[in-house]
Amino acid sequence: MEPLAIADKLKKKFPDDVLDIVEARKQVGVILRRDHIVEICGWLHDDPDLLFDHLLGLCGVDYRPKGRGFEVVYNLYSIHNRHMIRLRADIPEDECWLDSVIPVWRGADWHERECYDLLGIEFRGHPDLRRILLPEDWQGHPLRKDYPLSPTKKTEWQGYEELKELSKALRVHGFQQESSNSKTAQHLVKEAGNGGT
Amino acid sequence: MGSIGHNDLVETEEGIRVIPGANAFIMTLNKVVNWGRASSIWPATFGLACCAIEMMDAGASTHDLDRFGIIFRASPRQADALVIAGTVSKKMAPVVRRVYDQMPEPRYVIAMGSCACSGGIFNSYSVVQGCDEFLPVDIYVPGCPPRPEALMEGFMRLQEKIMKEKVRWSRWR
Repeated sequence: MEPLAIADKLKKKFPDDVLDIVEARKQVGVILRRDHIVEICGWLHDDPDLLFDHLLGLCGVDYRPKGRGFEVVYNLYSIHNRHMIRLRADIPEDECWLDSVIPVWRGADWHERECYDLLGIEFRGHPDLRRILLPEDWQGHPLRKDYPLSPTKKTEWQGYEELKELSKALRVHGFQQESSNSKTAQHLVKEAGNGGT
Repeated sequence: MGSIGHNDLVETEEGIRVIPGANAFIMTLNKVVNWGRASSIWPATFGLACCAIEMMDAGASTHDLDRFGIIFRASPRQADALVIAGTVSKKMAPVVRRVYDQMPEPRYVIAMGSCACSGGIFNSYSVVQGCDEFLPVDIYVPGCPPRPEALMEGFMRLQEKIMKEKVRWSRWR
């Protein structure tokens, strides 16, 4: 089926949940309210005309700088029918959660964990919602637009601070000492001068 | 024949003298220890990103690090040098440190590539801005990634550095 036809069919089935249908470069996205996302996905998965049996990807977007909340994007593909559709679930900023679609596609597990890890969107009903990329004791969610690019000493990950503290013991061998550093720099300048000849 | 006089010794290289006919050399202990170390650097590989591909190429037949006595070891316990090839993320940094701790002394660290030297293009929350933040790096090999020749140059610089060492052959250095 053509993507727009799929979107229309979806709108007919769930008229209250489809907020908008957008098309950009022949790719159709359906913006949804987040409340019945599992039902909608289940229907897309099971409907004999659609059979979206493959979740290509699931990711989150932070639209807060544009005055909206978050969004979770599902790219669906039907291996049987060879058609695609994109779902975009709208999530308000203050209630940052969404129902897990693991009952529909088992493979959503790690995608949802990544989305939780980097954007802090809570997936309700997820069996094992832990961080997947960052260390478990990391503070904050780095893909949020208000997350600082590089951390200060205060906001640095504790494990890395501990490692740097541990490496201070290596200073007895001349590591990270002011005098030895400047000596190295002089040495380098001298070598660069010799290297040209 | 009487005893060997000072004039019978043949100096083949600075500080190295040969006793003719006796198959014996005379040199300082520093010299022989450093020569042994510099001629058989066994690096533990720590491929973390694309630099690892260049490191493998440096070890393969075209460039052939083996001819310098540089033989890659898969175990840090058999290694003399640690080649940190690639981006060190903060989550990986404690693992790098653990590998370093497992190496017997004397041990050397080569930071290969822009990322290991300074963080490179990844000025980011999750990437270590140069692995010298937590490890004593001996040689920096810049490049993104450095060509195998650059890594070979790095190893040769390390050899020069080892040859300059003094009294580092005991526990009390």
